[in-house]
This record gives sequence, C-alpha cells and structure tokens, in this order.
Amino acid sequence: MTAVHAPVSGLLDVERVAADFPILSRTVRGGNRLVYLDSGATSQKPVSVLDAERDFYTRHNAAVHRGAHLLAEEATDAYEAARATIAALIGAETRELVFTKNATEALNLVSYAFSNATAKAQHGRPLPSGAERFVLRPGDEIVVTEMEHHANLVPWQEVCDKTGAVLRWIGIDDQGRLDLDHPEHGLHAVLGERTRVVALAHQSNVLGTVTPVRVVADAAHAVGALVVVDACQSVPHMPIDVADLGADYIAFSGHKMLGPSGIGVLWGRYDLLEAMPPFLTGGSMIEVVRMEGSTFAPPPQRFEAGVPMAAQAVGLGAAVDYLQALTSADGSLSGLAAVAAHEHALTAYALGSLAEMPGVRLIGPADTTSRGAAVSFVVEGIHAHDVGQVLDDRGVEVRVGHHCAWPLHRRLGVAASTRATFYVYNGLRDVDDLVAGVRHAQSFFGVA
Amino acid sequence: MDLESLYQEIILDHYKRPRGRGLREPFDAEVHHVNPTCGDELTLRVTLDGDVITDISYDGQGCSISQASASVLHEQLVGETVATGLATTDAFVTLMQGRGRVEPDEDVLGDAVAFAGVAKYPARVKCALLGWMAWKDAVSQAVASETPEVAP
Ligand SMILES: Cc1ncc(COP(=O)(O)O)c(C=O)c1O
Repeated sequence: MTAVHAPVSGLLDVERVAADFPILSRTVRGGNRLVYLDSGATSQKPVSVLDAERDFYTRHNAAVHRGAHLLAEEATDAYEAARATIAALIGAETRELVFTKNATEALNLVSYAFSNATAKAQHGRPLPSGAERFVLRPGDEIVVTEMEHHANLVPWQEVCDKTGAVLRWIGIDDQGRLDLDHPEHGLHAVLGERTRVVALAHQSNVLGTVTPVRVVADAAHAVGALVVVDACQSVPHMPIDVADLGADYIAFSGHKMLGPSGIGVLWGRYDLLEAMPPFLTGGSMIEVVRMEGSTFAPPPQRFEAGVPMAAQAVGLGAAVDYLQALTSADGSLSGLAAVAAHEHALTAYALGSLAEMPGVRLIGPADTTSRGAAVSFVVEGIHAHDVGQVLDDRGVEVRVGHHCAWPLHRRLGVAASTRATFYVYNGLRDVDDLVAGVRHAQSFFGVA
Repeated sequence: MDLESLYQEIILDHYKRPRGRGLREPFDAEVHHVNPTCGDELTLRVTLDGDVITDISYDGQGCSISQASASVLHEQLVGETVATGLATTDAFVTLMQGRGRVEPDEDVLGDAVAFAGVAKYPARVKCALLGWMAWKDAVSQAVASETPEVAP
C-alpha cells in the first residue's frame, strides 16, 4: 500500500532528480526498490559527475602542476577551475581552498599544524612567520564538543598527547543541543585564556543538530582561539558563506555532496594558511630544495604534496554545478537553499511519523528548528543492528551503530542507534518505507 | 526474504532466553571484548578444572546475533574439555568466514549450526564471533596462568 501525499511545499521534484542517479534504479535483496537513506555516510552520484570524471580521463588526463605539455596544461586548468567553483560555493577566495583526500585529512592537516609547529619550535627549527599561533605549551587548551564525529575529536586528542595541551569539551543537553549555558561544561565555563583552538561540528551527523557556530566563534575569538568547523554535514545541505560563519577553518568531504570519493576540502583564512608549517611533504609543495633543507610553496600548494586527485576534483566541481542548478518543484528556490528546504520538509515528515510510533525513541532535537536531515532513533527491545537488518531486507538502507560518535552515544545512554539521512533524491515515499520497515522489525522481533 | 534463514528460531530463542548469562565467581580469566564498528561489548569469564571447562559466564550488550551466539557458546562448551572447545571454535570460525559456502557439521557444532545463515552477511559475522573470540582469548589466558612459570 502506498500512501498518497498532498503536495508539500519546498520539495524538489524527486522523481526527476532521482532519474539522474543511475544507482537508484537498481533493485536490492530480492527485487526490492532501493531506498537509500545513508547519504550522511556517503551520497550517491549523478550521471553528470560520473561523466565529468570520465571526460577528464578520456580527454585531458595528465599530472597536474607538472610538465609543460598540452595535456598537463588542460589537466591543471580543469583542476584549478574546480577549485574556483568550490570556493565560490562557500564564498571563499580560490587560493584559500586546499584539496585533501577527505574531511578527516583536512582536519588532521590543521591539527598537525599545531603539533608540527610545536615540535619545530622546541628545536629552534625554521617556521613560517606568524607560526607562533600554532605553537602549543603544556597546559594550553583545546576545546571540542561532546557531539563530535571521531574525525574532529581523535586528531585533537593526539595533538594534546604530543604537546601537553589539555582537551576540554562543551557538553550537550538531553535534546542533543550544545549546552552553552551549563555552569561546568557550558561555553563560558570551558573557554578561557589558555584556549587555543575550538573545534566543533556545524551539524551533528547523528542528531542533525545545527550548532550556533557564530556564537561559539565570537566567544572563541574573544579569548584569542582559532575556530575549526567540521562542515561535513552542512556544506552539502545548506547555503554556507565562510565570512558569515565566522570560523577560521572549515573541512568537508566531496563524497557526501554528490562528488567522488577521494576528495575533501579544507578552507582556511589565507593569513593562517600562510603561517602554517606543511603537513604531508614531498613533490609539488616545495619552493627550493637543497640537501641542507627546503623551503615551501605558498598555500594552497604547500598543503598539496604529490600528484593530486585531479579527476576527483573535476567530479566535485561538477557536483557543485549540479547542486546549484537544482530548483524546488514550485520554482521558489534554487541551489543549496532548495536543497535545505527539501530536506527540511522531509525531516519534518519523518520526525512526525516516527514520533507517533509506539516503542520508537528519537534522539536529537524533536522539532526542525536548527536541525538538519539526520534522524536517529532507538527501537525499544531491538538492537540497532537488528533493525537495520530487517530494513535492509526490504531495500531500506540506513546506518546502524554509533556512527563514529561513540562519546555522544555514551552521553545519551544509547549503545547503538539507527540513523536515516535524507538528500536530494529522497522523497516522502522513502520515509513511508522507513516507517513500514521499522514496524515490520517490531513485529518480527515480537516487541509490538 | 532471507530474514528467516538469518534469524533461525534457535537464535531468537537464545536471544530471548539467554543461557548462563551473568558473571559468576570463581573464574580463572576474564576478558572484555568490543566490536568497534557498532560499540557492542562483552565481558566473559572462564573457569577450568584441569582441562575441563566448568563455566563460561558472560555479560554485555549487543544485537540478537552477538547475544545469542554467546548463549550458544555457553551451552555448547561448558562441561567439555578445552581441546574440544577449541576444536568447536575452529569449526565455528570456519563456518562464519565461509561466505555461506561451508557445509556445517552439526556433530561438532550442535546448536551453533543455526548461525550458518549469518555467514552470508559479512557485516554480521563479527557479531556472531564476538563471544567466541572472547572465550578463545580468555581460555588462553587461563591456561597460561595455570602453567607454572619456567625459570629462564
Ligand atoms: C560530521 C562528520 N565529520 C567528519 C566526517 C568524516 O568524513 P570523511 O570520512 O569523509 O573524512 C563525517 C563522515 O563520515 C561526518 O559526518
């Protein structure tokens, strides 16, 4: 039985969008329609992205920024054009954008600037001018939040272990929002004159919570700290302008925004990038190399050692073009604003449907205020793995476990949760299939 | 479609009525194993009398497959010799890693044959093995601590 839905405003024309994604027409597990609700882990790719990568390899392939032949020129142009497209998406200058393998590498690139600068300073070795900002002393503090993905937590723990800095964190309330006013683990309780870095997610990959980055960033800047934002779950889903956001760095992954795997982005304020020692070293990132020592290229090249992932960059550029060309079905919105409105409508529908189900407990904000399209929940009496298995058997693909946010799950008193995430190719019907699947799991395991 | 072959009655029964669950004293070795992909945890104790397994007690939280598997482990191995227990474990591991192409031997595995369907779901194999890997670890510690230290 398929529910018939009255028109919901803000939605994209899902059937038309889904037709651009070849994988969505395949069937799974015995002929079931594929209902892909795991875009928070990685998104599917439209044909235009696949074509862009293929076209690069079939016509322009060469090593970027090396060699002077025609193909090298074309490949370099394509790679740099992608950089400009992606920079424009987030309101950044092109030279402020560094390509990495993924967001994890981008966050490590920043965290290593601190441990590398600290190590070099201890030995009196040369550092770029301005690098004192990255030198940590024992007792300096790095602040994260309790809802971070491991990618924006473990690198900072490592920096602390290498430098003697101390990790502190902002807690969350039971609704899964940052508990900024808490007397012990609120923003002002945790920030102090020793705070050197504040690293936080813009949108939680588990709870969907959108954090008040501007508020946190202003407070962090007031004590002289740098602000690193994990924008993995925001750049793909909403309009972002780095000037408005107030961060000093943002990191995101191409594969979560319709782009290929193997490409991520670090955006950083140029003066900060210039002051940072390199992360990975080798070819392409140098200025002059002598046996006695080397000097390094200016950013972004300083942080792009080795032959880069040119085809993936081109693919990500095509993904950005695709996202920007989307319009809502009623023509009222376009680009990332249309994406955000679409996801907002789906999230509202999913939260409403799941909240009505006996034995289902949502984790994360119960309404759509400052909340994105990650919907996580616990089904009483059924482990998330088993919920996921029953859903998978019906073609509904969700994520189960702790979603690389183990401390967050511990804080919420949940061992593992089931997470559905929505993107441009999901419709109301997918939410219905999710709900029907959860109901089936309850009857299969005899808990409802 | 394949749900019933994965979740055999025996598995669901062990999940709902776990045998031998709870940590007991005395014991010769205790281990704590986790499945880092999903956060499932198991604490397991082994008690030996000579080379006979007199108890396997356990506690933890996890999915139906991991919990039922620990329960079956308890039922199959308590009262057996360590050598038989390890042979059963080897057979179980072979079955689990066989991608559904290994013919299970019920004489060796007992109720553990019910997990044959799990082998077709690579993501769940770790769940089924959690308890067995914990027991293998615990028994090797227990045996090592019983063996008198040989002076160098
Ligand atoms: C919030 C958040 N941060 C960081 C990451 C890490 O991204 P990647 O694995 O692409 O480096 C992810 C996704 O896995 C995420 O959702």
